[in-house]
Amino acid sequence: MSQTAAPIKMPAIQTEDLQFHYDSLHALKNINLKIERKQITALIGPSGCGKSTFLRTLNRMNDLIPGIRTEGGIWIDGVNITDRSTDPVDLRKKVGMVFQHASVFPGSIYENIAFGPRIHGVKSKRALDDLVESNLRSAALWEEVKDQLGKPAAGLSGGQQQRLTIARTLATKPDIILMDEPTSALDPISTAKVEELIESLKEQYTIVIVTHNMQQAARISDFTAFFLNGEVKEFGSTEAVFSRPAHQETKDYIAGKFG
Amino acid sequence: MAKLLKESEHPLYRKSNKMRMERAGKWITFLSVVLTAAITVAILLLVFSKGLSTFAVNNGSLKEFLTGTEWNPGKVSEIGKPIIGALPFLAGSLAVTGISAVICAPIAIGAAIFMSEISQKTGKKIMQPVIELLVGIPSVVYGFIGLSVVVPLLREVFPGSGFGIAAGTIVLSVMILPTVTSLSLDAIQSVPRSLREASLALGSTRWQMIYRVVLKTAKPGLMMAIIFGMARAFGEALAVQMVIGNAAVIPHSLFEPASTLTSILTMGMGYTVMGQVENNALWSLALILLLMSLFFTLAVRIIGKGRTVR
Repeated sequence: MSQTAAPIKMPAIQTEDLQFHYDSLHALKNINLKIERKQITALIGPSGCGKSTFLRTLNRMNDLIPGIRTEGGIWIDGVNITDRSTDPVDLRKKVGMVFQHASVFPGSIYENIAFGPRIHGVKSKRALDDLVESNLRSAALWEEVKDQLGKPAAGLSGGQQQRLTIARTLATKPDIILMDEPTSALDPISTAKVEELIESLKEQYTIVIVTHNMQQAARISDFTAFFLNGEVKEFGSTEAVFSRPAHQETKDYIAGKFG
Repeated sequence: MAKLLKESEHPLYRKSNKMRMERAGKWITFLSVVLTAAITVAILLLVFSKGLSTFAVNNGSLKEFLTGTEWNPGKVSEIGKPIIGALPFLAGSLAVTGISAVICAPIAIGAAIFMSEISQKTGKKIMQPVIELLVGIPSVVYGFIGLSVVVPLLREVFPGSGFGIAAGTIVLSVMILPTVTSLSLDAIQSVPRSLREASLALGSTRWQMIYRVVLKTAKPGLMMAIIFGMARAFGEALAVQMVIGNAAVIPHSLFEPASTLTSILTMGMGYTVMGQVENNALWSLALILLLMSLFFTLAVRIIGKGRTVR
């Protein structure tokens, strides 16, 4: 399958019979999903269902684990990123990732944001200053930290740290942002702020978010995929999945009967 | 109505065997602590009193001790003070320690990076046992190898007898390498996986991740590793004494015989009598060694504190 001439309506990510194995564990089975551009797609499902594994195949973070095997295709901008010839370093520039626990680097707030641009070759102080400010603004953190850019990032609150890692990801200019339970370690107020930020980022970025929080999926996402035992049990608009689930399992999971 | 027991007869008021054992355990561990502390204090007192008596009793000059270059504590100078210029030994000790650290640190950190980031399998299967083996080799063996291999080799290549700072440095670098490597490895491995993943997720290469995130995060731990190595090098006596040449002069080249605080101490202690000036002067050298090791310990503590606060 060749999709070199990308039609405008092409989805941001399209997977094709995606299979994934950890050694003998068949973790993802026949995943066929279309992730729409500039929309928020939520991945929900019980622990161990494969949603985080799926998220990590999208920027090849699973490559770090020995003994994995990927089959099928993941098409991003007309390229099958599961192909050996795809450079994961370039891919991860385009497909950023935010983790469950805000992993701020030792060093200042400024250094954290400047990290991505620096490794991608931005050297001028001026350009870095601009990037730090604009990305902190995009992450709605600028007003809170503008007077303490030189202070250690580890001194920020949990919620601020998570917004900092989002700003840090934005600074590498990705098209797609993957989020792996970005608010599960935060208090309700910080969660609300991060959710608000995620919704505002939709204008410019395609977002895929793994969440255990049903209300969160319902509040912020446009599409929802329900994963169960390594398969996509149900996929559709969030409104449809939550109000008229087609499968009993989806209905039960959303209602909190298992998980 | 049942007869009321007297308080002391009631089973709840009687001491059980378990309780007695608990008491005994408490006392035994407490005595161990007291003993350890007492020994430490006694050693400190002895070294301090003996080391200071060179100046207090024998009328030695502290200034000359730290800056003088002539060492002959049995004799007195024209102004009636013992000749105790220890600068050559101080310089020798600092030189071998400093240069060993400079040689050892990059190799140790490089090996630790390989073991933790490049090939964990080789690291665990081959490097780890090798390092443990190296740590266990007695220092006299290192000295003997230095004497039979390093010294002749240096004599071939460079002018001079082969004995000197260079030989001492090479022997010490090899000697502290395993310690510094395994401490560096601990420091590098304690960098959380999440930071490595965050770096890679931002599109860094593995090498960029190593030097911008891993080494930066592990820096305090790496500094501690190097200081531990230096402390060991500074205090090492036997191996150094065997290859350094033991001349009480300030060397002008790395290939001339020199001496260190420890080498002079081990050389001299058999030939002096307790209470004499010569003996007291050696105690003063011991005092310097003690103060330096105190300094190293303090440095490690301070860096360690910074590490936990981050």
